[in-house]
Amino acid sequence: MTAAPLHMAGQRLMLDPAGVCTWPAQKLLAVTDLHLEKGSHFASRGQFVPPYDTRETLDRLGAVIRKWNPQKLVLMGDSFHDRHGCARLPPADCATLKRLLEGREVTWLLGNHDPEPPEGLPGTAVTELRIGAILFRHEADPARLPLGVIEVSGHFHPKATMPVRGGGVTRPCFLTDGRRLMLPAFGAFTGGLDIRDPAIARLFHRGGRAFLIGQERLYSFATGPLRGAMRAMEAEAASAP
Amino acid sequence: MRTLPEPFAAWFAGRGWAPRAHQLALLEAARRGESALLVAPTGGGKTLAGFLPSLIDLHEAPRDGLHTLYISPLKALAVDIARNLTAPVEEMGLPIRIETRTGDTPQNRRARQRENPPNFLLTTPESLALLLTLPDAGSFFGGLAAVVVDEIHAIAGTKRGDQLALGLARLGTLAPGARRVGLSATVAHPDPLRRYLSPTGGVQDVALVVGEGGAEPRLDILLPDGRLPWGGHMGLASMPEVYRRIREAGVTIVFVNTRAQSELCFQALWKMNDDNLPIGLHHGSLTVEQRRKVEAAMAAGRLRAVVATASLDLGIDWGAVDQVVQVGAPKGVARLLQRIGRANHRMDEASEAVLVPANRFEVIECTAARQAIAAHELDGDPPRPGGLDVLAQHILACAVAGPFLPDDLYAEVTRAAPYARLARRDFDDALRFVEDGGYALQSYDRFRKLFRDAQGYVHVKTTAVARQLRMNLGTIVETPLMKVRLRGGGVLGEVEEWFVSTLTPGDCFIFAGQLLRFEGLDTTACLVTRGGEGEPRVPAYAGSRMPLTTYLAARVRAILADPKAWKALPAPVQEWLRLQQKQSELPPRDGLLVETFPRGEKWFLVAYCFEGRLAHQSLGMLVTKRMEKLGMAPLGYLATDYVLAAWCAFEPTGVERLFEEDILGEELEEWMAESSMLRRTFRNIATIAGLIEKNHPGQEKSGRQMTMNADLIYDVLRKHEPDHILLRATRQEAAAGLTDVARIGLILARAKAGGIRHRALDRVSPLAVPALIEEGREWVAGGAEDALLAEAEALVADATLGTDAFNEVLANVTEAIPPRGDRDRVRRPRDRDRNRRYNRFVRTAPKNLGS
Repeated sequence: MTAAPLHMAGQRLMLDPAGVCTWPAQKLLAVTDLHLEKGSHFASRGQFVPPYDTRETLDRLGAVIRKWNPQKLVLMGDSFHDRHGCARLPPADCATLKRLLEGREVTWLLGNHDPEPPEGLPGTAVTELRIGAILFRHEADPARLPLGVIEVSGHFHPKATMPVRGGGVTRPCFLTDGRRLMLPAFGAFTGGLDIRDPAIARLFHRGGRAFLIGQERLYSFATGPLRGAMRAMEAEAASAP
Repeated sequence: MRTLPEPFAAWFAGRGWAPRAHQLALLEAARRGESALLVAPTGGGKTLAGFLPSLIDLHEAPRDGLHTLYISPLKALAVDIARNLTAPVEEMGLPIRIETRTGDTPQNRRARQRENPPNFLLTTPESLALLLTLPDAGSFFGGLAAVVVDEIHAIAGTKRGDQLALGLARLGTLAPGARRVGLSATVAHPDPLRRYLSPTGGVQDVALVVGEGGAEPRLDILLPDGRLPWGGHMGLASMPEVYRRIREAGVTIVFVNTRAQSELCFQALWKMNDDNLPIGLHHGSLTVEQRRKVEAAMAAGRLRAVVATASLDLGIDWGAVDQVVQVGAPKGVARLLQRIGRANHRMDEASEAVLVPANRFEVIECTAARQAIAAHELDGDPPRPGGLDVLAQHILACAVAGPFLPDDLYAEVTRAAPYARLARRDFDDALRFVEDGGYALQSYDRFRKLFRDAQGYVHVKTTAVARQLRMNLGTIVETPLMKVRLRGGGVLGEVEEWFVSTLTPGDCFIFAGQLLRFEGLDTTACLVTRGGEGEPRVPAYAGSRMPLTTYLAARVRAILADPKAWKALPAPVQEWLRLQQKQSELPPRDGLLVETFPRGEKWFLVAYCFEGRLAHQSLGMLVTKRMEKLGMAPLGYLATDYVLAAWCAFEPTGVERLFEEDILGEELEEWMAESSMLRRTFRNIATIAGLIEKNHPGQEKSGRQMTMNADLIYDVLRKHEPDHILLRATRQEAAAGLTDVARIGLILARAKAGGIRHRALDRVSPLAVPALIEEGREWVAGGAEDALLAEAEALVADATLGTDAFNEVLANVTEAIPPRGDRDRVRRPRDRDRNRRYNRFVRTAPKNLGS
């Protein structure tokens, strides 16, 4: 898997096609929206979706942690699908999770699904985390960012469709405009919200760039006003003899 | 043979009618207490035949309570039949109360019906399933004397049919004395329908009554003026002639094969509509109100023509349709006959129909269909086993109705023909799935829905389960749709979500017969305004194209292989085939013709398989995987109903290895993981089985958030529990021909038995041209998704010389766009060096942080 470097506010972040973001200078790995125990939450409402989502998510998380071996781990909220999710963790999965967190500086950002700190797991719980110019929060704030501050957020589960021959390919994606970076959801059972949805689009009203998650690498395209400019170019090209 | 008793004889005589032989035969069968299947063409008084015994019975021995249950696949049909029956009942003064019960029936009338059931209840399979979940179903249906299943040929063999079969089995337990009557259009094989109708799953206890045939339909094939098109499926070249036909006839139905085609044909007809003829549009994505409006206008004679898809295949009798035009190949003989039957629902008059082939292959297909109809031969699929997903839903529905013993329910279920061979293991697994998900990892014990008491009876654990089930009952699963709303106006209909996802504000598309401009999304809908500039797109719908039937494909192959049979074809088509004979050879009746030739710096391989587009699409996936392994460097492929074409960088040699039966082995496993078709199959199965809810109590509005993405479930389940019952059900459905694996098997078996004829040509053959014209307009995604993404990204970089912008040309290259002339669309192979130039955002990163 090939990660893509992204330069923001003089810092180099790496976007990993596994769906996480790392900050090599800080030895930091950020991941959002694990939604652990989403399966059992659905089961409690009578929908018996496969009970393997936590195991699958932790397998994948284990792989990226082994790959990047970060000192700091930022779990950017909605780590559990609901406030009782942590208590429902099967013992084996709970042990796996503890092993992954062991020896690292763990920060739990509180999300709307998990507004309380997880019990019995290491780490500190906060609503926001600021390191240098970079501000990690669960949900992006539509208010203007202070000058020189970069916001890294999750919450919306962004996905985008890239037109290809015969239709479009839809994948979860990273989304950035140079000031904000939005991460895709990491959990095995997390769907997505189209980046053109007003909830996301209003955060990126000047357009930006989406990085679609591929098997081995990311695929990027520009979004927003830039696309309109391209259309004009095409029209010109088409009308040429 | 006896005649009708009074007052029925007088009533018939009063209208100048004589009872038809099949009406009397059904009466006889009813007197003997036998079930019967009536097979007759449309317009033969079939419905009256089905009800006549019940009318007479209630006349002779009036009684309260439910006497006859009528089930139709269409709500509108049930309502229409109720109206038609009320006339004779009132005119003869019969003591019979007739009511309908469908999804539209108001709550208070439903409650009244439960307390005081009508004599005849007219309903749909879904409403019956709901009735059967009521605790008082036993007393409600206890006195039932007859069950009439209308359009049984259209129900049996589908998932709705599975659900109805299980419902009938239930009725067989609740009212063992009730006889059954099936009403069917002409079918090739009536025995599977008899078995379907039978209370025991056997043929012998259902009498077969065949109605006299109507007049032979008059069937023309209409070719466009001027050149006969080589490719394309829309048939737009023939629209001037179609318009002329509409002008000359009274009322016309123009049937097309897809919704996209209906929009385009509708536009084309209106463009030349100088006489301002009232021409309407009817397809399944329009709002119900709009469809009802068109139907009402048609029934009232206010329309001269309606352009329609399969949404009008079945339906209420309009009587006054003068001709049916079928644009595009008919794809199946039975389907064509059903459509033709929509013209002139009077049996003694010939139906007028015109076939309008869109390209040369379709001319042959239309000719084959015409010959089949003249020879009274029909195609029909063999019955397939009932779905395990429908069974799971039924098991829960039975538990909601009342406690049951698993042994009893298993015995009852196997009396339904689709489940006659159901293995006990599958039944038990379905039951376990309903109880707690049935996973090897038993972590949902505390959430189980069912429990067993000391005597072994299975009960529902809470009443919430019953509510949840009732809200999600049914087997119709729709692909994720999005409403299309006019800004500041009403909803026009629905298009598939993925189509919306390829639109950018400013794009225009044709929908509901209008040119619309995409403005943006709001939370629930795709916002549009009227008008717009640029070349419009047309929403296509996944899986909306019917594949060619096996039977019709065999007839097409027979015509191709026999030059003596070409006399029936128009001259340009004969010429084309002779050219093929000279430059290559004709596809054999048995065996498989494969051509390879170079063109535009690529090598092409064209296989004449004739097993329908869906099978060819999957075969293409398997064959290109094999090509990759053999080092041929495949670049892409496309599938039509007739051929599979693949192109690659190196000359394909040893093509026999590409069509060996073992590609169904290892390549199939890979294909299973990626196939979008199997994913769709799984999604439907998971929804019907109740794993994914369509609705959740108390949260009707926010459906989007409540549902979970089936693809994610599929991936996780395949990885962690590949033998789960829902995955078994998915594979079973794939193998049973609902998808295409079975037909791929046919191709490979034919190649093995008849041999592969490989022709290495120096250029494209005449028969391959139609397929190559489609190149670039059709691309089958799936495992190649990442390759497509890379290609799109690289093309953007090429086209814009590195400018940071996005190319949408590709988005417009969809199947739904009509061909722009006959331009050669073969694309230059990609420049490999340029391709390697990554986007400036994406570079290789160090393997480890900080090292």
